[in-house]
Amino acid sequence: MIELINIQKSFDGRQVLKGISTTFDNGKTNLIIGRSGSGKTVLMSCIVGLMKPDTGRVLYDGDDFLQMTKRETVMLRRRMGMLFQGSALFDSMTVLDNVMFPLDMFSNDSYRQRRQRAMDCLDRVGLADAAAKLPEELSGGMQKRAAIARAISMSPKYLFCDEPNSGLDPKTSLVIDKLIHELTVEHNMTTIINTHDMNSVMGIGENIIFLYHGVREWQGSKDEIMTSDNQRLNDFIFASDFSKRLRQANEEAAAPDIKADAHD
Amino acid sequence: MIIYKWITALGRYLLLMGRTFQKPERMRMFMKRYYAEIQQLGIDSIGIVLLISLFIGAVICIQFKVNIQSAWMPKWVPGYATREIMLLEFSSSIMCLILSGKVGSNIASELGTMRVTQQIDALDIMGINSANYLILPKILGLVTMIPLLVIFSVSAGIVGAYATAYVGHIGTASELTLGMQYDFHQWFFWMGVIKAMVFAFIIASVSSYYGYNVKGGAVEVGKASTNAVVSSSILILFSDTFLTQLLS
Repeated sequence: MIELINIQKSFDGRQVLKGISTTFDNGKTNLIIGRSGSGKTVLMSCIVGLMKPDTGRVLYDGDDFLQMTKRETVMLRRRMGMLFQGSALFDSMTVLDNVMFPLDMFSNDSYRQRRQRAMDCLDRVGLADAAAKLPEELSGGMQKRAAIARAISMSPKYLFCDEPNSGLDPKTSLVIDKLIHELTVEHNMTTIINTHDMNSVMGIGENIIFLYHGVREWQGSKDEIMTSDNQRLNDFIFASDFSKRLRQANEEAAAPDIKADAHD
Repeated sequence: MIIYKWITALGRYLLLMGRTFQKPERMRMFMKRYYAEIQQLGIDSIGIVLLISLFIGAVICIQFKVNIQSAWMPKWVPGYATREIMLLEFSSSIMCLILSGKVGSNIASELGTMRVTQQIDALDIMGINSANYLILPKILGLVTMIPLLVIFSVSAGIVGAYATAYVGHIGTASELTLGMQYDFHQWFFWMGVIKAMVFAFIIASVSSYYGYNVKGGAVEVGKASTNAVVSSSILILFSDTFLTQLLS
């Protein structure tokens, strides 16, 4: 479980995060959503330690990340996996070497065992056949899957995904979402996903946090999000003309039932 | 304001070096990268070092023989001048200035691209000291290889000088040999090697600093690459003056 308490962060006098407090549960896909510039990436960076918040606490299973010694931080980081927006695969290494890399750095297993573990991870994401390829030879979706394989190679307890579906077509996005959700359940990980993809929200959003100008505006599940009366959230969800028309059609379809209920 | 900027940059550079010069987390992985950097920064530079030194050696010899030599000047002077220029300045300082263009831009653009594509962030998230993992092998690799490059450069310069005798028929080989052996101080060779090792450290560390701290995209990577070459060249020139005074 990851708990945030009053996280604040400013850049050049402009406050980007304004006292965010929330909890991300184990075995769940926790989504941070919001418009561009709402502070999602900064919040994620504060959680994983790429940035230090001005004030506040980040608790990993009760331990304050910001108060940890260097050694404790390194040990915690080894239990983290991260999927970056651009995959961040090491372009000079093959896919297999990329997945083996954390194992090469931290595992005391033999080469054969490390290789087997990496192949298992690649097999899990359906990329066993691409092991010998370089990242540049893969499609965007395959790169994301390879990055997921690398992220899970050390069996992390915490998985962070920054815009996992950016640049992917809707069908591939669904594959990535499904994979992340399955792995979260399989490994009982605390997974946090930064996204503004509504398909992801409706597909795997077990705990959704909506940020608006650096404030936690709304929190709930995918079942609750559609019935929320939060105007800012609704403006975000139904931003496109298509979704607005869809919502209008749904309301119109529901209206006769309401009228019928009232009549009865 | 500029002084404040320089002091800030110096502080950040020193902090980066502090993170770089730590014990590698996995010696096996460090050695793998160290050998790769020796190949990329050192061995891959041998060709250009040989080519430039060969021609510069030849040109120095021709200049002395054709344009400077007069009746009162001994015949061995072109050989002597070629050896001294190659040993004292060209193979260490000028060669490192040239290498700062090739190797420096290579290092800065590689690290800069890794930064903007979040590969360095990925290392940090894994709990790896990215500065130590990426920069230390580059610095040690180049410092290890530079004495070899100096030797190659001096040798190629001498071969170039002899080529003027054997191919261009400007003077004789025996005159050149006489000049090459005249009043030779072994220390001059070591002075060149020591200077080159300092310059190699400057090239690798300064270029790494610029590449590692890139913020933005492709344009910033390009700027970092240019800044790396300019800054390391200026620092090489300054330290050359200082070291020459110190070691002479």
